[in-house]
Amino acid sequence: MSRVALPRDLGELWQEMDRAPQAMLYAGGTDLLVRRRSRPQPESPLICLERVEELKRLELRGDQIYLGAGCTHSRLLASDLVRQRLPILARALAVLGSPLVRNMGTLGGNLATASPAGDTLPPLYALGAWVELASPCRVKRLPLCDFILGPGRTALRPGEIILGVAVPVPLQGARHHFEKVGQRAALAISIASLAALIETEASGLVRRAHLAWGSLGPRVVTCPAAEQALEGGGLNRESLSRAARLAREAVSPIDDQRASAAYRRRVAGNLLLRLADPA
Amino acid sequence: MIRLTFSLNGRPVRLRTAADKRLVDLLRQDLGLTGTKEACGAGECGACTVLMDGEPRLSCLTLAAQAEGRELTTIEGLAPAGELHPVQRAFVERGAVQCGFCTPGMALSAAALLARNPSPSAQETRQALAGNLCRCTGYQKIVEAIQAAAAALEAEP
Repeated sequence: MSRVALPRDLGELWQEMDRAPQAMLYAGGTDLLVRRRSRPQPESPLICLERVEELKRLELRGDQIYLGAGCTHSRLLASDLVRQRLPILARALAVLGSPLVRNMGTLGGNLATASPAGDTLPPLYALGAWVELASPCRVKRLPLCDFILGPGRTALRPGEIILGVAVPVPLQGARHHFEKVGQRAALAISIASLAALIETEASGLVRRAHLAWGSLGPRVVTCPAAEQALEGGGLNRESLSRAARLAREAVSPIDDQRASAAYRRRVAGNLLLRLADPA
Repeated sequence: MIRLTFSLNGRPVRLRTAADKRLVDLLRQDLGLTGTKEACGAGECGACTVLMDGEPRLSCLTLAAQAEGRELTTIEGLAPAGELHPVQRAFVERGAVQCGFCTPGMALSAAALLARNPSPSAQETRQALAGNLCRCTGYQKIVEAIQAAAAALEAEP
């Protein structure tokens, strides 16, 4: 039987963590409580973050949007700020798990789990997001790409929590694209996904392309060569096919029960073709 | 053991329980409310859906301690004793039940949908139920029943 603490603010949270440094932290429980059941650790105390007020912030701060780690996916999806300014993230959230999972799971939890198939990771990579970490004595920021170290591994240190994510507001008019390939339309773990944020010139030519693939390697895959292949030109069949070839070389997928590595590699490139401008 | 106080189907409840007991076990084993079902135990099927402060959530991935101070509704409390919620009535009238194991979760997810969107499209209905699996594969009648319940609720004075 484990103790379960429900701190209401950061002060209470630090006290609980001080009292039980070995405690496991969770918010929605959609990952941790599943793992805990398959590998019981009966005496390990738990700290549930669902009531920590400081983790629920969701606001525009200057040229950044701040998303508290404790925001549930449903809350983010219902927010006008996210829907209007971060459609790339909203599209990923809309296909994350199921409504029930989205009502419980949080953004911080999706980052802490650091699954290669984590649906919020590719859009947050493409957006150039920063992760804000806190301990009782300090708050620090890391680029998301430095925070995720591998499957289930992050730069989070003992005694630290994820406070939130800071996302630079994308330029008005930028194109937001997210597509996930799964075995079914809902409640599907991603087989491959692509998040693309495309900034264009008034002429329609690509100024900057930010591309990030999920489920195609131990971490989110980026491919500067594919981005450069699109920059300075239009999004047409030729440029996208060139970028797709480069993307297929950059990914390092695995075979698993959902798909083969060869299929994933092919899809990694094909997902780019969806970006083609209407002829 | 901890002391918990919460509202269950409109009535205040005070009890002692293990803090890390799963909510589905607290409901079924300690409180005898076996309308809440458990199938996968891993958040993938929705059979254990309950409403917490009106929002559908998985009771297999919620610990007892998290119920403190909340308002819980299970299928037993969706309508007053002896009555049916319009969603339940529509399920009966439209034959939207086969084996029945997914039905409590379906009904609760549907009731929560209609509370926030009184006239959902078929597509919105399907999306709202995407986390509730029916292995008899009777989704068509379930969606039709929920649409009928929406119409019945709209027609109420």
